[in-house]
Amino acid sequence: MVLKRNVGLKGFRYRGGGPMWAWILHRVSGLAMVLFVGMHILASFSMQQFGSDLATSLNIVYESVYFQIFIFFVVFYHGLNGLRIIILDTWPQTLEYQREVTWLQWLIFIPVYGLTVAIMVLNNISGS
Amino acid sequence: MTTRTAPQIGFSFEYFMWIFTRISGAALILLALAGIAAAFWMGARTQLDVAALMRWTFFPNPNHVVNSEIPDVTLGWANAYWQIMQMMIAFFGVSHGINGLRVVVEDYMGHTWWRPLLRGILFLLWLFILIVAVYVILAS
Repeated sequence: MVLKRNVGLKGFRYRGGGPMWAWILHRVSGLAMVLFVGMHILASFSMQQFGSDLATSLNIVYESVYFQIFIFFVVFYHGLNGLRIIILDTWPQTLEYQREVTWLQWLIFIPVYGLTVAIMVLNNISGS
Repeated sequence: MTTRTAPQIGFSFEYFMWIFTRISGAALILLALAGIAAAFWMGARTQLDVAALMRWTFFPNPNHVVNSEIPDVTLGWANAYWQIMQMMIAFFGVSHGINGLRVVVEDYMGHTWWRPLLRGILFLLWLFILIVAVYVILAS
């Protein structure tokens, strides 16, 4: 069944709050990872077997610090949010606290991600 | 308005994939933790920068740490143990990802001819990416 009405940007008026944005970020980061991992596997294959210039430059982009900052956000967020989903699904009585858990997740995410990015950027600037 | 069949109660493909998504997700987290712990055990604290440690954690391939201060990558970092770890990460990661794409397809596609076509394409993509990944692991 296909929805006949066109939702468009009005869908964002659904005020789901933190858990809604967690779901959107989970799906977008998952799609980003599928695209990245698929391209990276194919690029590594053609770099290894054919020495393709396009694949080599693609892998150089993947190894750059800016891309790593992005991919670390995507992977770490998806992993942490997935862990939250596993816990809430396995013990449904914890669903009562799902809004609090969503905020707790950011409380874990921000220091770990921020520290890692800070170290990577500082190393990149100092050139070590 | 077209009708929609209710999901089957009991053990079905959707239920199996629901369980598989959770098991493979948890397995990927555990494999990443095993990778990061073993990296520190093998001397990552003095030999790797954070970016190389991150690449190793995501996928323990010797090419990911070749541009570091490790004296000999083949000693400890490139062997059958890490090849098996890589194959497990590749299998769980690719299957988890392709299943995620399948869920997106099931969410947005109705009873159109697109749906069986996309299901078939995703199945072939899953096989193709898995074979290529195993080839890259064995040849690197």
